[in-house]
Parts: sequence; C-alpha cells; structure tokens
Amino acid sequence: MFDIDLWREIFQSINKNRTRSLMSGFTVAFAILLFAILFGIANGLKNTFKEAFGTDANNSIVIRSGKTTKAYKGNQVGKRIQFKNEDRDFILDKYGDKVQYFTSKVNKNVNASFRGEKNSYSVVGVYPEYQFIENNEIKDGRYINQLDIENRTKVVVIGRVVEEELFYKVNPIGKYINLGGIPYKIVGVFTDDEGDSEESVIYMPISTTQFIYGNNDFVDMMHLTYDPELNADQALTFGNAITRSLKEKFDVARNDQRAIRIFNMAEGAKKVDLMTTSLTVIILVIGFGTLIAGVVGISNIMIFVVKERTKEIGIRKALGATPRSIISIILIESIIITTISGYIGLLIGVGVLELIGPSLEVYFIKNPGVSNSLVFGATLTLIIAGGIAGYVPAKKASEIKPIVALRND
Amino acid sequence: MLKINQIHKSYKIGDSSLHVLKGIDLSVEEGEMVAIMGSSGSGKSTLLNIIGMLDEADEGEYILDGLAIKDLTEKKAAVYRNKFLGFIFQSFNLINYKNALENVALPLYYQGLKRKERLEKASFHLEKVGLSAWGHHLPKELSGGQKQRVAIARALAANPKLLLADEPTGALDTKTSHEIMAFIQHLNDEGKTILMVTHEEDIANMCKRIVRLRDGVIIEDAKVNQVRAEQYV
Repeated sequence: MFDIDLWREIFQSINKNRTRSLMSGFTVAFAILLFAILFGIANGLKNTFKEAFGTDANNSIVIRSGKTTKAYKGNQVGKRIQFKNEDRDFILDKYGDKVQYFTSKVNKNVNASFRGEKNSYSVVGVYPEYQFIENNEIKDGRYINQLDIENRTKVVVIGRVVEEELFYKVNPIGKYINLGGIPYKIVGVFTDDEGDSEESVIYMPISTTQFIYGNNDFVDMMHLTYDPELNADQALTFGNAITRSLKEKFDVARNDQRAIRIFNMAEGAKKVDLMTTSLTVIILVIGFGTLIAGVVGISNIMIFVVKERTKEIGIRKALGATPRSIISIILIESIIITTISGYIGLLIGVGVLELIGPSLEVYFIKNPGVSNSLVFGATLTLIIAGGIAGYVPAKKASEIKPIVALRND
Repeated sequence: MLKINQIHKSYKIGDSSLHVLKGIDLSVEEGEMVAIMGSSGSGKSTLLNIIGMLDEADEGEYILDGLAIKDLTEKKAAVYRNKFLGFIFQSFNLINYKNALENVALPLYYQGLKRKERLEKASFHLEKVGLSAWGHHLPKELSGGQKQRVAIARALAANPKLLLADEPTGALDTKTSHEIMAFIQHLNDEGKTILMVTHEEDIANMCKRIVRLRDGVIIEDAKVNQVRAEQYV
C-alpha cells in the first residue's frame, strides 16, 4: 500500500485540480466543523447539568425526622421523632447489601477561634464514611477515622475556608482550635469542589459530638449512598422501602409526610439522566446526519471527478493500469481529501469553541469542548468515511472500458 | 508476430445486434507496417481495438508473439497492453495535468520502474522524438504535432512489440501529418512492427501493406510500394 509513486500520483492529481479538491474538501470541513461545534455545545450543556449537581455522590439519600402530623397507634399529633445511633444498625441490618456508605450526622453551630481569629461555623459529627459521600479531598493531614469514633477523640477536620479565615500563614495541622470553649486538635484540612459554603464546615467524630453536646446518642439526620449499580427506579424503590421501615419502627402513619422525610437524589438524577441521554441522542443523530451529508457530498463530488477523469482513466488503462491501481488512486484521493479537510474543520471547530466558549456561560453552556477521544474517533470516522465515499466512485472508475473512454467524441 | 483467425464481433444495439466483424483472418510479420483502411462502419477501429486488447472478440483466435490472447481478465489485459503494445491515438490522449516527460514516463510507472529510471528512459525517448527541450511543458503548451510526438514517445517508452495507431494524423494538418508519418516510417525502419488505422489514401500508401475492410470482411490485402514521407517535409 505504501508506494511513494502512488502518493506522488495522487498529490499531483489533487494539486493540479485544486478547485475541485477544495470544493470537495470544503463540504467535509464544513460538516465536521458543524459536528464539532454542535458536540462542543452539547458537552457544555452537560457540564452545566453536572455542575448543578456537583460531585456529591449523586446516589445519596438523606433521611430527616420531624414531628408527626397524624395520630397513629395511640400517639398524638405533634410527637417528635428522634433518630438514635441504633437506627444506623437498624437500616444496615435490613438493607446493608444495597448501601454503599452510611453515616449518621449531628449538626451544631459553634463559635470557633484560634489565636484571636473568630468566626462561627457549623460543626457536623460524622462517621469516617462521610468523606466519600461528600467527595471531599484531603488537602493536609487526614480525615476522621474509626479510632476517633471509638475513643471519642477530640479531633476535627476543617474545611479550606475555615483554614483561610482562622489560620493566617499558620499550618493548622496539630494546632488546637477552640470550639465553644473546648480545644480540639486539628488533624486534617479538606477541600470540596462545590464552593465555599461546603468548605466552611468542621467535621468531628460523631461520638465526640454526642458526648460533648448532650451526652446522648441522638442523631439529627442520616445520610447514605446506595449501591451505584442500582438504576434510578430501583433506587427510588429502595428509598421508599427505607421510609416504610422507619415509619413502622417509629409508629408513624404511612401517609404522614413530616415525621420522617427522605430526600432521594435518584429523583433528580433520573431527570438529569433522561435529559442528558436525550441530549446525547439528539446530538448524535444531528452529528451523524451532518457527517453523512458530508460523506454523501464528497461521494457525489468523487463520482463527478470520476466522470471528469473518464478519459484520463481510459488512457491510464490503455497504458497498462490495472483496475486495482485505478481504485487505489481514486480511493486514496478521497481519503486524503476527507481526512485533511475534516481535520481542518475539526481544528476550526475546536478553535471557535475555545473562542466563544467563555461568552456562552450565560446560556448555560459551560466549558464547551470536545474530548481527545472524540477527536481521535472523529479522525478515524473521517478516514472510514473517506473510504466509503470513495469506494463507489473508485469501483465505477475501475470498470471504465478504455475504448469507451478513448472514443474521439 | 501477430495472427488472428476467424475473428467475429457483434455489438448489441437495442434489441438487434450489429455484426461488425464477420470472420477476419490476418497475420502480420515482424517489421511490417500495415494500414487498415475502410470507410466508417467497416469495422476497422473495432479490429484495432481487439488487437489492442481494449475489446474482446466474440469468436476466433488471436495470437500475439506466440501467446494466445484469450480469457482476458482486466488485470491480465492491463499487463499485456503494458508489455506488448504501444498506442497512438488521433486525439493524442495525453494527460493534461502532466508534463510531456511525465506523460512519457507513465507506462513505465505501470511497469513498476523506479522513478529515476523512469525519468531517464522517458527523457531518452523524448529526445528521440526531438522534444527534449519540451519535457517540462504541459500538453496545452505544445502544438498538435508536438503532442503527437509526445504520444509516440510514450507509446515507445515501454518498448512494445507492436505499435497501434488509430488515425495518428487525423487531427493534424498535411505538413504535420507528413512529419509524423516520416517519423513513424523511421521507427519501422528500425524494426518496429506498426499497425495503423486510417481512411486517408495517401497516408495508407506510406505503409508497406494495405488491408481494406468493408462491412466487416477483408476485401483486399496487398503489399504496396511505400511512399516515403520525407520527400514532402
């Protein structure tokens, strides 16, 4: 296949017939340009969706409690439902196989100070698993661990914003932060890509929080992530099952909407999934449409080219060109034009996206762009497309009879 | 050199079929220069095309240089054409975007020669037709006579056993025609076997033998006294 003379022949043919080559190249370049821009914008829309949901595990379920609104089993309306440590075991015993991470939480608001710097933050007592539910990155030190839970250690992990506000030019690790009069040792600093509010939090072992703020085993809420293998419908069913079990356990009426409340991300995730899926499908359909239009375009032009070159092909055949060499010439010419012009179209498309990308953010299009794998895939598609586009004309060319081609008229 | 026996060829035209060649016998020896004459529709071009393997006979036998030409696949025909035959056409049939030298080198490309070798051989043949100074000109920059000389150089480049010319002077004025004929006669003097189709009596008389066709059969096949073309140049 790699025959320098063949390539010389092809480049000569492309070069000597510039208008024709440019025209066919333009068709493909334009198709790919549209494809790239379309794809980029779709990606931008998806990015916006994704960001709206952040990197919080989007398979999470939050369970809160409140007061009953319905009288049930001899209990009056207005009974306060209080979760305790044992409810964690209750759920894990029953649904452990479907739970990925689980934590109970205790929330407090405290005034924190360090060497004269003061501010108020929310302190959350959690289990070590919470790091994975929130998708926090440890910037320095470590997160809360099981030993902290067992020993009720007075340690905390602080958010990046807390560090910036209280620890000016001081490494907080190992320092003691004063929370409502009690000193806690800082063992880690975390970051969260969902913004400042998520980073102005202080985490503490839940056992410590419970011991210090009430010496009880009360839990404010429970937060879990379910097995990511579950699809949206299964996840919704799972959430409902938990609600039902808890309502039974706490003697809450089935139709009581306030006493036990569950927030299941699957509801939103389902909608987002549907949205992104349909978006992807639309983009793919339109994208392939444009691509096919480009392929048909170049195929048309190549058929025209073959017609125009009928005589030349006849001459070549009379001089000893085999059908195969004729096919090679037409096919490779088609592939070269498609690939080069397609790539140019792709580059322009990516360039345009880079250029106008930032100004599109107001239209909910964030970071529009095409991935490397898409560029690679598109290049491959182009080569294949060029091959398909060129094949029919090439075959036609190889079947030209020299006597027909060489007729004097 | 060349021997054909009872060649038949008919073309389908709509429902009817046109019997163009009705049993042609012809044998040509090495070094001959034969003119095939006939009015249009006599079958002379069809005969040349069959000899040139651009077309295949329906019936009959064709032996070229001891090799039976039959059951030609496209590929085999291409190889034979390249190896055995040189074509000269009325309308020159040069490739318009290739310069003279590249045109001459084209059959050598299909022979699989290296580029350097091709260009060397091509410039040798171009020199032979007196156009070495025009090697880098495109066909459109050449006169009709020059174009035909390039075409002749191209036909010679692959060193074919048989040169086939289809009305080689058909598109040229009388003076240029005579120049070209003088040149072709020279090639024949050097030993090339030449077969040419023409309908001009004076051109035919510059060959050594005239075969006349009418309605698909040979009506006359006679040696003639060759008229040298130089005297008119």
